[in-house]
Amino acid sequence: MIEHKINKAIYAKRRRSNSIGITLSMLAMAIGLMALFWILGVLLYKGLDAISWSMFVESTPAPGSPGGLANAIVGSLLMVAACTLVSTPIGILAGIYLSEYGHDSKFAALTRFVTDIMLSAPSIVIGLFVYALVVVPMGNFSGWAGSIALGLIALPVVVRTTENMLRLVPSPLREAATALGAPKWKVSTAVVLRASSSGVVTGILLAIARVSGETAPLLFTALSNQFMSTDMGTPVASLPVVIYQFAMSPYDDWVSLAWGGALLITFAVLAINVVARVVFRDKSKG
Amino acid sequence: MTPVDTTTPTAEKLALEIKDLNFFYGSFQGLKDINLGIAEKKVTAFIGPSGCGKSTLLRTLNRMYSLYPGQRAEGEIKFYGQNILDARQDLNLLRSRIGMVFQKPTPFPMSIYDNVAFGVRLYEKLSSSDMDDRVEWSLRKAAIWEEAKDKLSQSGLSLSGGQQQRLCIARSVAIKPSVLLLDEPTSALDPISTAKVEELINELKQDYTIAIVTHNMQQAARVSDYTAYMYLGELVEFGDTEQLFFKPKRSETEDYITGRFG
Repeated sequence: MIEHKINKAIYAKRRRSNSIGITLSMLAMAIGLMALFWILGVLLYKGLDAISWSMFVESTPAPGSPGGLANAIVGSLLMVAACTLVSTPIGILAGIYLSEYGHDSKFAALTRFVTDIMLSAPSIVIGLFVYALVVVPMGNFSGWAGSIALGLIALPVVVRTTENMLRLVPSPLREAATALGAPKWKVSTAVVLRASSSGVVTGILLAIARVSGETAPLLFTALSNQFMSTDMGTPVASLPVVIYQFAMSPYDDWVSLAWGGALLITFAVLAINVVARVVFRDKSKG
Repeated sequence: MTPVDTTTPTAEKLALEIKDLNFFYGSFQGLKDINLGIAEKKVTAFIGPSGCGKSTLLRTLNRMYSLYPGQRAEGEIKFYGQNILDARQDLNLLRSRIGMVFQKPTPFPMSIYDNVAFGVRLYEKLSSSDMDDRVEWSLRKAAIWEEAKDKLSQSGLSLSGGQQQRLCIARSVAIKPSVLLLDEPTSALDPISTAKVEELINELKQDYTIAIVTHNMQQAARVSDYTAYMYLGELVEFGDTEQLFFKPKRSETEDYITGRFG
């Protein structure tokens, strides 16, 4: 039998530091959660009043008259949809290139580096870039310009998540498809991309969630529009920009609408995130 | 060292003829001067301790190593007379003739039916009823038809490990290759599934040339007609399975198969 000696002082000290550590991390978690619920609480408190049927069917009013956010909702949907339709295929193809073809080549490393820079670029810089490149030559603000700005923000998110998801696919699966005589593009699309489809979809959803709340890149690209417009060649209203304008205004009804819009956008983004997580969880269950 | 009896089986028609094969992982030499013939419609087994190069050898036979830059083979591998190490060799076509089944089951993320049809669609245009027949034929060949026939539209991932492996064999058989390479096909399976796959190998050798890498010496003795013992990238002994196991010509082989080493 081995003699079992415990130095009581050392043991007590370790227990003490353990409980201090746990207390501190619980405290940090509480602060984080409190901030989140505080924001949600204030949003609900101030925004719930503004949520009504007319918010979804009427356009932004003049101060003092009744109205809603329909033009901003439609504008946001249009621009986010256009941005998604363009950035998703490009992003997925670039992700396939990085994971399946480029590997560690110099060009792939450069692409990865640039993508990472774009990922962390301030969105106002991207807005300014699109303003100079699209709005100025075209001579007017437009929904297309807004979509391009949003697309530039979404693109790197889709590229990197696609690449990371494809890299998670074990190489025996690639070898198995190759061993059947499948050419590489077929292996990449029909087997590898398919095996990671839910992860890739999650990346797209997170990119959508990210851009649907962007304000800065829309300020001088899509501008805004007081009226309902589905013509993407003209200025188009969007929820974040309308929230920005109305919340800063001195009119109580505008401010109230801004809170309603903020609540709407928050829950839409929350819903997208929840959907993304559910999709991904199903995937991990195999 | 000079391998004993490397040119057997002389009496057989050879599907694959390996001549002076050297293989490199970058600067590391994985195979050294391999000379060996793989007989048509027979089972040839490769045994040896981990890292001896048996899987490497198998992966040169369908040029699987070409997926990875830095890996290269020198020498000659003749597949019915044609050197497959030739740079002009069409790899996809080669792999449709020389199929491979891997250590771990690798069903594709699609239905059982599509798993089998995937490879067929790459090279043949079949009507849907012909495709149905081909899928059934392949699944029957791999002895999994009875278990799978009622759930052909379910994901291949829903099968058990042993069933998945037989699905992978069916998938390889479906494109009607002439050679099947099996890389430790039962090492991830339970004994019952292993027995089924071994039975299958016996069935399949009527139509296919089979090369199998295995860690399990009893398995090599049970399923193969010819056995090659490899060590440190060299072919130590190659010959008739019965002779190699009961009357090995080299003491190294005897040490390995009697368990004194390895």
